Amino acid sequence: MGKHILLIEDEPNIAEAIRFILTRDGWQVSTYAGGADAVQQVQKQRPDVLILDVMLPGLSGFEILGQLRAMPELAKLRVLMLTAKGQGRDRETAEQMGADMFMTKPFSNAEILASVRALVAS
Amino acid sequence: MPMTGLTGSRVRERRLAASIGQADLARAAGISPSYLNLIEHNRRRIGEAVLARLAGVLGVDPGLLAEGAEASITQDLRAAAEMAAGAKPELERIDELLGRFPGWADLLAGQFRRIGHLERMVGALNDRISHDPHLSQALHEVLSAVSSVRSTSAILAETEDIEPEWRARFHGNLHADSERLALGAEALVAYLDGSEQETDMGSAAPQEEMEDWLAGRGWHLEELEVGGKGKAALDAEVAVLASGAARTLALDWIAQAAEDAQRLPLAAFEAALEGDGSGDPLRLAQQFGTDVLTVFRRLAFRKDAPEGLVVCDGSGALLVRKPVEGFILPRHSAACALWPLYSALARPSQPVSAVAEMPGLAPRRYQLRAYCVVQHPLGFAGPELRDAAMLIAPLPPMSASEAPMALKLGSSCRICPRAGCLARREPSIMAEAGG
Repeated sequence: MGKHILLIEDEPNIAEAIRFILTRDGWQVSTYAGGADAVQQVQKQRPDVLILDVMLPGLSGFEILGQLRAMPELAKLRVLMLTAKGQGRDRETAEQMGADMFMTKPFSNAEILASVRALVAS
Repeated sequence: MPMTGLTGSRVRERRLAASIGQADLARAAGISPSYLNLIEHNRRRIGEAVLARLAGVLGVDPGLLAEGAEASITQDLRAAAEMAAGAKPELERIDELLGRFPGWADLLAGQFRRIGHLERMVGALNDRISHDPHLSQALHEVLSAVSSVRSTSAILAETEDIEPEWRARFHGNLHADSERLALGAEALVAYLDGSEQETDMGSAAPQEEMEDWLAGRGWHLEELEVGGKGKAALDAEVAVLASGAARTLALDWIAQAAEDAQRLPLAAFEAALEGDGSGDPLRLAQQFGTDVLTVFRRLAFRKDAPEGLVVCDGSGALLVRKPVEGFILPRHSAACALWPLYSALARPSQPVSAVAEMPGLAPRRYQLRAYCVVQHPLGFAGPELRDAAMLIAPLPPMSASEAPMALKLGSSCRICPRAGCLARREPSIMAEAGG
């Protein structure tokens, strides 16, 4: 069972809350505020689970996901997408581009724990 | 062949005006008085031959009997029938409806136009909600702040053994997020308040609103002629147009008309028209050293001008629609692909001229002249802009034998009865397809 989570989220307070919840649950959490080199961060850190916000400055979460899914060495990476727009269109795009799970803001702390656990167990 | 409007009522009107008895007219036209009675009450359709005989006896042009002001109501009623889901309106009895219940017919046509306006408004509002960057940005702000508040406050409420440094930190975050939430909510309210004022913008198509105004003015703005009262005299009329978009269109129109009036002063232009006699726009343009489209506009928008005018841009969308009786201009759909307007659009700077015929019981003929001008306002590096225009001049009625080979046009496929038209792009809603 993997223990390393990378969180790419540009809202510092959300990132801090998620990091606190997951750390308390026993995960090793690194955070990154997003940007053009997000893909390099994933390659370097090789997390088990990636929590990826859709609305990021610079490069959108979908673009990052698309690049990651094109890399065979990252095939095992589990991706949970976050978005502030709970629109079916975004969910569809996320699924097409290879997201394993999708969560809309505002989510509860219990939801994010359950999602991450389910992702690693699957 | 379709009947346009109240042919029977017009026969009756003309007969009474000429003080001819029903039986006398029937006998002279070779039909039975009871049949004529049915015709006059719009209960029977008239064949072309009978119409010609009746017109002959009454001494009027068959075209005057066949088509009238109701043509546009008929067009709207047919279009409304096309949209009827489930219901089966009696298309072949439209004339009867118009004749016996003109008020109801008018109401139905008016409601059909109103539905079109409302549909456009709903579309515009829909677009605004799904694509408006300000709204989506404001919502994103609020949702992000709410997310953070929800997670942070849950941590504070549910984590009993939380370290004091973390507690202080999360309290600080909560405070910052609640401020942000307040600002976001304010921005959202301000946005929704502001957009309320624009809601009426979609309630009528701005172009139609402006055209209604111009039609009420007879498409002529005398204030803009040399020595007239000037643009400012029109401000009050523009101000009462309901939508901002229509006011913008009207101001553009006025600016163009004022420029045209300067370039082709009325007195000199009318003198040239009389002197030349042919009224050929190309020759007039050459004489005044101006472009052909300016001459088209001056011809069509002078006082009591009989000519109609359509102008389209490079996409073929009609920007100007001055109608002529019998030459129905499409309100919503794209126009007939056979219009010389579109030949001209494809061949800039080449004059395209044709005698054309619109479908109808007594087909009307028009002299059409089309021309396209290309502009590159930003030079070699910029986009190419095309403006094509078509002047529509009604021709006097001619018999089939003396009429030249006329181009057989329509208004728009949906309301065009021509069977076997090679340019047809969709089936017609007209019940009977004629030649």
